[in-house]
Amino acid sequence: MAITIKDVEHVAKLARLEFEENEVLAFTEKLDAIVGYVEMLSAVDVEDVEPTYHVLPLRNRFREDEIQPSLERDAALTNAPDRRGGCFRVPRVVE
Amino acid sequence: MTEKTYKTLVGLEIHAELATASKMFCGCTTTYGGDVNTHCCPICLGLPGTLPIVNKRAIEFAIQTGLAFNAKIARKSKMDRKNYFYPDLVKAFQISQYDMPLCENGHVDIETASGKKRIGIQRIHIEEDTGKSLHAEDGSSLLDYNRCGVPLIEIVTHPDISNAEEAGAFLERLKATLEYIEVSDCKMEQGSLRCDVNVNVVSEDGTVKSNITEVKNLNSFKAAMKAIEFETRRHIELLEKGENSLKETRRWDDAKNETFHMRSKEFVQDYRYFPEPDIVDFEIDADWIERLELELPELPEARKARFASEYGIPEYDAGVLTATRQMADYFESLVSRVGDGKLASNWIMTELMRRLKDEGLELDALRFTAEQFADLIAMVKDGTLNQNAAKKVFRRLFEEGGDPKAIVEAEGLVQLSDTGLIKETVESVLAANPQSIEDYKNGKDRAFGFLVGQVMKASKGKANPQVVNELLAEALKNL
Amino acid sequence: MDKNTKMYEWTLHEARQALREGKVTSAALTEAIFERIEAVEPKISAYITLLKEEALESARAADAAFARGEDLGDLHGVPIAIKDNMCTTGIPTTCASKMLENFKPPYDATVVTKLRAAGAVIVGKTNLDEFAMGSSTENSAFKVTRNPWNTDYVPGGSSGGSAASVSAGAAFASLGSDTGGSIRQPASLCGLVGLKPTYGRVSRYGLVAFASSLDQIGPFTKDVKDCAIMMNAIAGYDVKDGTAVEEATPDYKAALIDDVKGLRIGLPKEFFGEGISQEVKDAVYAAAKVYETLGATVEEVSVPNAGYALPIYYIIASSECSSNLARFDGVRYGFRAEEFEDFNDLFTKTRTQGFGEEVKRRIMLGTYALSSGYYDAYYNKAMKVRTLLKEDFDRAFASVDVLLTPTSPTVAFKIGEKTDNPLEMYMSDICTVPINIAGVPAMSLPCGFSDGLPIGMQLIGRHFDEKTILRAAYAFEQHTGYAQQRPSL
Repeated sequence: MAITIKDVEHVAKLARLEFEENEVLAFTEKLDAIVGYVEMLSAVDVEDVEPTYHVLPLRNRFREDEIQPSLERDAALTNAPDRRGGCFRVPRVVE
Repeated sequence: MTEKTYKTLVGLEIHAELATASKMFCGCTTTYGGDVNTHCCPICLGLPGTLPIVNKRAIEFAIQTGLAFNAKIARKSKMDRKNYFYPDLVKAFQISQYDMPLCENGHVDIETASGKKRIGIQRIHIEEDTGKSLHAEDGSSLLDYNRCGVPLIEIVTHPDISNAEEAGAFLERLKATLEYIEVSDCKMEQGSLRCDVNVNVVSEDGTVKSNITEVKNLNSFKAAMKAIEFETRRHIELLEKGENSLKETRRWDDAKNETFHMRSKEFVQDYRYFPEPDIVDFEIDADWIERLELELPELPEARKARFASEYGIPEYDAGVLTATRQMADYFESLVSRVGDGKLASNWIMTELMRRLKDEGLELDALRFTAEQFADLIAMVKDGTLNQNAAKKVFRRLFEEGGDPKAIVEAEGLVQLSDTGLIKETVESVLAANPQSIEDYKNGKDRAFGFLVGQVMKASKGKANPQVVNELLAEALKNL
Repeated sequence: MDKNTKMYEWTLHEARQALREGKVTSAALTEAIFERIEAVEPKISAYITLLKEEALESARAADAAFARGEDLGDLHGVPIAIKDNMCTTGIPTTCASKMLENFKPPYDATVVTKLRAAGAVIVGKTNLDEFAMGSSTENSAFKVTRNPWNTDYVPGGSSGGSAASVSAGAAFASLGSDTGGSIRQPASLCGLVGLKPTYGRVSRYGLVAFASSLDQIGPFTKDVKDCAIMMNAIAGYDVKDGTAVEEATPDYKAALIDDVKGLRIGLPKEFFGEGISQEVKDAVYAAAKVYETLGATVEEVSVPNAGYALPIYYIIASSECSSNLARFDGVRYGFRAEEFEDFNDLFTKTRTQGFGEEVKRRIMLGTYALSSGYYDAYYNKAMKVRTLLKEDFDRAFASVDVLLTPTSPTVAFKIGEKTDNPLEMYMSDICTVPINIAGVPAMSLPCGFSDGLPIGMQLIGRHFDEKTILRAAYAFEQHTGYAQQRPSL
């Protein structure tokens, strides 16, 4: 399966990335080569094989429902590129 | 086009914030309110490098919810990432559950005017809440992440609901149950209970059906019900015109009483779900489930049945009294003091509920204690007060609060049961109303009632009506 | 120790010994390191942030503690460097990305907390490939780190700055992170000991995530003993990391035994195939011979699915990173584009301008692999083949105690040599990625030179059996001279 420019544009949208027109082609080629390479996995027979999402057999790692101190608001906001009234500011959120 | 009949298919998605002390993955408080961005830490702000640690209580609350709704509890479960970009979502993914929810295949039994019905619950899963955006007057949005990371359960029903009334009954039952088992405070006004509805209609013969529309973020049960009615009408009208509804998400406009378009679902959101690598799987063994089941209080259905049999009250009344845990507890605390379930039930069902409804108040806003209310009912029971006087006392109690005994004394409302005194009054009333005696003898029953009224009036309402009845009947017989 | 060696050439344990004996103060030691940094930084560019004042302050605090007779252990008063993808309170943590150029975390990573508690002197934050994605440290948004053995060559990556700093004497030890070889490959290319512990052995809390199911923090040191000392400081359970194991951590120094008699060493044939340069193979085979003369048995074993490790790795790592790096949206911290129309445009412009090319490439690959319709073919498939590969290792470890392989297929390559061909660059990790996929521990240690550039060999152990790796590495080191070599910079 070859990666097309259209795929790249769709995936870029999903990932909130943008590519200049002249970049897209080069990028598509490189991504296509990588996807072509990882395609080698399709040859492996994995019938009845369980996926390994976690490499260690750990289970049930919980914390008790206890309150810990929160950050001072200034510390929470200290890295904000734009802040106002104790909040993080962004362009109007509309749905 | 021929007129068809249609049936409506409604499925609900309910989000309830869980009543844990701390957030889903960090130790920040879940307390509502507080200054913006003061209940936040590196973890719930999604700062780079932080990791989530699951709040055990949240998992237990979700399991208990599943048990209360007769669901199957998963023995193995996991968390997944739901990826999407939004300003209120700090990690650009929500930690949620995709293909292995904690609970599946439950149900809730409801009762409406058209009878009893079972509504299937497809799944209950756990996830984290997002932050909030506030609109600033300059047109920008301000983000407050205090709610970000508060644990939520999402309850998804099958499309078994056929109309707004059933949806209302289901939601009431659901809310009552969540409150009963104390897993959520269900405060819709604070957003701790939220409801989305999915609606479409199908012609009775199955030949035409509309596309499902979703109405999101309904802030009251009433709004949910109205939205279902509105959408049902809208879908049928479209089908009748030979058109169809769009696959879309809509919103409810409370002021205009209608839904409006929010976004199309033509392009399905691609959430790119995958197992959360930072959280290991859950293994829920039988012992754990059993322990959580033992912790559950008596559930509404069981309590309703018990009230009916134990206190000999009608099933309908038992249903009303068990509609909320608060009411059921209140009722039982009255019974334990008054020792008469029927009497306590009558007082709640009539006087108390009427006034609460009129004033738009909740039980916890009452100006008097359950003990004081019980004292009042006890005075009715032992004959100290007659019904009219008791209602007067109740009115004052409801409006001003205070001690019912003190009110009775202050207003001189103690019921007169002294036969000597009442006999004197009866005699003087009879002496003053010869015509009524005549009428009575001629078989006019109304005359008796009139005479009782005259005696009561003469005693300023204090006479025990039962005693008045007896003495009057006796006096007339002896004439 | 040799009287002519300069302080910066000491190993960590030699430096600590000198402190204990009062031959030097921590302040003087730290000054010496900063002098060295000033001398070599123009040539190697190992650091992004230097913390001279803070370092000298903690050095003086250490000296004061020594004067009171206090001793916090083997790191107390010793200058250490930290890869710049581990959070440090109030100190820039950039991940070598424009995206986080001004980011000052309000918290410390657990490993940083542990180093501070052990009295270590943190001298600076080291350069890396942006967000740890790369094998040469050429993908940094700020600078290209160079190999102290030959500055025309790469130091390896992604922890190239951590490797170059220790190799050049600009720190006594450093921390790196390893997702597919990012500690072991640069250790190999810079002639150092580098350990990737078992997944879950060292807390990841505060390590800016690249691929959560593969990332692990570990040390760079000049010799094996230093490695054990660093592991003693950083390993162990952490309530803040839900994938860290609760198992008690052993005393790794106790594993330093010069005796490998009876140790069963396996040479997995798949690690000696095409693409591995002859001089590297020769050096590793020669190391196997050393082990045989020391009384270990060496046999050929097989890890049949090792050939799938790279595609598995690129799918898992890219998928996880596409999600982990989605949070960089210009709202709460980090870079924000200057002009945008609405919030979606803000996200897109911020990310487009803030991330470098390799990071974007991996985000794109990962987004694609997770997107609707492809999940089963890519991500889930990779996770299933991962199971097969993990089982291969289990089988191999049924018959041997430790595996011996090359670390990097070649010695260091020239700067710019592979930057245009990502696939060729990815091949640098062919021997190291299988280890992250299986979650087992592995170490690279020097075993030879080719044209003046170090060759590294990789020792792989069972889950949680870092001790056997340390023991095998220690014995090798005692009977060879590679660990004593220093670059002439």
